[in-house]
Amino acid sequence: MPRAFTPKVVTANALLEGDVVYLDAQGHWTRDHAKADLIEDQGTAEIRLLEAQAQAHEIVGAYLADAQAGPHGPEPIHFREAFRTRGPSNYAHGKQADGVTTE
Amino acid sequence: MYAYTDFDRDFLAERNAQFRAQVARRIDGSLTEDEFKPLRLMNGLYLQLHAYMLRVAIPYGTLNAAQMRQLAMIADRWDKGYGHFTTRQNIQYNWPELRDVPDMLDALGEVGMHAIQTSGNTIRNVTADHFAGAAAEEIADPRPIAELIRQWSTDHPEFQFLGRKFKIAVTGSVQDRAVTAAHDIGLRLVERDGQLGAMVLVGGGLGRTPMIGKILNDFVALDDLLPYLEAIVAVYNLLGRRDNKYKARIKITVHENGIEEIRARVDAEFPARKAAFNGADMDILKRIEADFAAPKFEDGQGAFPTHYQHDPVFRSFVDTNTTAHRHPDYAILTVSTKAHGATPGDATSDQMRVLADLAETYAHNELRISHEQNVILPHLPKKHLRAVHAALAEAGLATANVGLISDIIACPGMDYCALATARSIPVAQEIAERFEQLKLEHEVGPLKIKISGCINACGHHHVGHIGILGLDRAGVENYQITLGGDGGPDAVIGERAGPGFAYDEVTDAIERLVRAYLDVRQDPSETFLDTYRRLGAAPFKAALYPEEAKANAA
Ligand code: HEM
Ligand code: SF4
Repeated sequence: MPRAFTPKVVTANALLEGDVVYLDAQGHWTRDHAKADLIEDQGTAEIRLLEAQAQAHEIVGAYLADAQAGPHGPEPIHFREAFRTRGPSNYAHGKQADGVTTE
Repeated sequence: MYAYTDFDRDFLAERNAQFRAQVARRIDGSLTEDEFKPLRLMNGLYLQLHAYMLRVAIPYGTLNAAQMRQLAMIADRWDKGYGHFTTRQNIQYNWPELRDVPDMLDALGEVGMHAIQTSGNTIRNVTADHFAGAAAEEIADPRPIAELIRQWSTDHPEFQFLGRKFKIAVTGSVQDRAVTAAHDIGLRLVERDGQLGAMVLVGGGLGRTPMIGKILNDFVALDDLLPYLEAIVAVYNLLGRRDNKYKARIKITVHENGIEEIRARVDAEFPARKAAFNGADMDILKRIEADFAAPKFEDGQGAFPTHYQHDPVFRSFVDTNTTAHRHPDYAILTVSTKAHGATPGDATSDQMRVLADLAETYAHNELRISHEQNVILPHLPKKHLRAVHAALAEAGLATANVGLISDIIACPGMDYCALATARSIPVAQEIAERFEQLKLEHEVGPLKIKISGCINACGHHHVGHIGILGLDRAGVENYQITLGGDGGPDAVIGERAGPGFAYDEVTDAIERLVRAYLDVRQDPSETFLDTYRRLGAAPFKAALYPEEAKANAA
C-alpha cells in the first residue's frame, strides 16, 4: 500500500526581511500559517513548490512542510515549523511581536 | 590594542562597496539566490529560522569602548536592541534586514571591525585566551601572534576554498582558556631555553565527530610559525577529503592518515614556505607587538580591602567573578551575561554601553569577549572594583556566577538556528532558574554545563562537565546528556550517559545529577569533575536513571 500523503504547505523566507512566509491559495505570500494553502496531494505539492521557487525576487529557500487542518486554518505538525510560526521562545520577537500568529 | 593601518581601512571600504553592489543586484533580481548565497556568506550574512543573521568577528575577543559602543549602535539602529556573543568570540545580530547589511558593515568598518571569514570554508576568526595580557600565570600575550595569523589568513588566496571551515586558537597560558585542543590548529605558547615558541596541536574539533587535537610539534620557534602554519593548511588543502563534507575537517585527515604522515608532509612542505616568507612576517610581528604594549599600571588599592572585608555581597562578587591579574593591585573582572533566566551571551545595547563606559572610565579602555559568552574587563584596578560593581548592579550585570552552574554556554538552538534539532536557550534558562530557587549554586561550586541544539556542537557540549545535546526524536525535542567533558589543558570529550530526556524532564535530570554529586563528594573542595573522575559514571547514571537502577538492584 502506498504511504498516505501528509498534507503540506509551501514555506520560505522573505527575501528582504527574512521573515517566514507561506504560499496561499492565490499564489501570494502570507506571514500567517493559518492563511496558507493546505495541499492534499503529492503532485500538486510539487507543482506549487516549483511555482514558489520561480519567485526568487520575493523569497528564499522554499520547501514543503507537513501541516494539518485546524479550526482556524492549516496548523504545523512538527515543532520546528511551530516555532517558525511564532518566533523565538526567549523574547517576544518575530511574528509573536507583530501579532501575526493566530494561536 | 591593534590599530588599523590605512591599508586595512581601504581594504574594508573596498570590500564593503563590493558587497553593497552585490546586495543591490540580488534585490533587483540580477543575481539569483544560488549566485548570491556564497557572496553573502563571505560577508558573514546567514539566513536563519526567522530572519537573517549577521556574524561579526571580534578578533581574539579584544575590543575597546568605541567598538563596543558601535556594536550597541548597530543593535539599536538595525536590529532589536541586543546582540549575541558566541563561543567563537563573535557577536551575532539576529534580525537584520537584507538591505541594511551594507550599512551595518560600513558602521563596523568605521571602528575597524568586519564580518569577513566569519563563515565559509576558510580560516575563521582567530580566537585566543580572553585573559590575554592580563593573567598572572601567563607566559606571553597570545594576541600579537593571533593578529599576525589574522593578517596572514585574511583573504589568503590559497585558502579561500578549503575543504571545510578551519579554526585556529591561541593561548599564552598553561591554563588554556582558549580550548586549543578542540580546534583544527591549537597553539600553546611555550618557552624553551629563553626562547618563545609554540606547541602546535592539530586535528581537534567538536561537532559530529569530536576529537582532541594531537601534538604535531612540541616547539616551533616564533619566526618559523607562519610558514609552519601555512605548510599545515597547504597539506590539509591537498590531502583533506572533499568527497564527503562530514569527513572534510582536518581532524578526519589526521585520523585517516596518522599524525606521523601529516608531520612528514608538513616538514616536507615547510622549507619552501619558509623561504618565501623571508623574515617579513617577523617585521610585521614587531609592529603588532608594539600595538599590544600593556597599559601603564597604577599602584595602590585604595579602599578596596575595607570594602572587601565589610560588604559580603561585594565580597562574593569579587570572589566569584575576578581572577588574579599580573599586577597585584589589579583584577581581571568577568561580567556574566548569565543573570538567572537570561539568554546566555545576550547583551542589550544599554548593557553594551555601560560596559564601554566602565572600560573607558576605570579599566584602560579594554574589553574582551570570552568563549564562555561573558564580557571581561581585563585590566581593572582593584581600587575601582566597588564603583564598577555598583554600576554593573544597576545594569543587571552583577550576577556572581562565573564558573558556576548557571554560567551555562548555550548556542542559539532552534529558537534561531536553521540547522538546529532542538532548543537550547530555554533549557539553559530553566536550569539557571532552578538552581537559583534551590540556592545551591555556590554550594555546588565550579561546574560547567554546556548546551548545543544539534550535533554541530556550537555550544561545546562535548567539553562540558555536564553536556546537553538537543535532538529530534520522532518529532519531539529530546536531550542527551554527556558527562566528564573538559575543555582545559588536558581536554577530554564527555561520555554519553544513556538515553535522552524529554524537554520537560531535563532540568529535573540535571538536579538529580547535581544532588548525587553533593551526596558522594569527599568534601566541598572536590569539584563535580574531580568526583566524576574519582568515581566514574556509575553514581551519576544511577541518579539520572533511578528506575533502571532500581530494576538492576532487584
Ligand atoms: C546560527 C548559525 C550557526 C550555524 C549555521 C553554525 C554551523 C555550524 C556547523 C555546521 C558546525 C559543524 C562544523 C563541522 O563539524 O564541520 C559548527 C560547529 C561549531 N560552531 Fe557553529 N553554527 C552557528 C552558530 C554558532 C554559534 C552561535 C556559535 C557559538 C555559540 C558557534 C560555534 C561553533 C563551534 C564552537 C563549533 C564546533 C567547533 C568545531 O566544529 O570544531 N556556531 N557550527
Ligand atoms: S549547535 Fe546546531 S543548533 Fe546550535 S548553533 Fe550550532 S548549528 Fe545551530
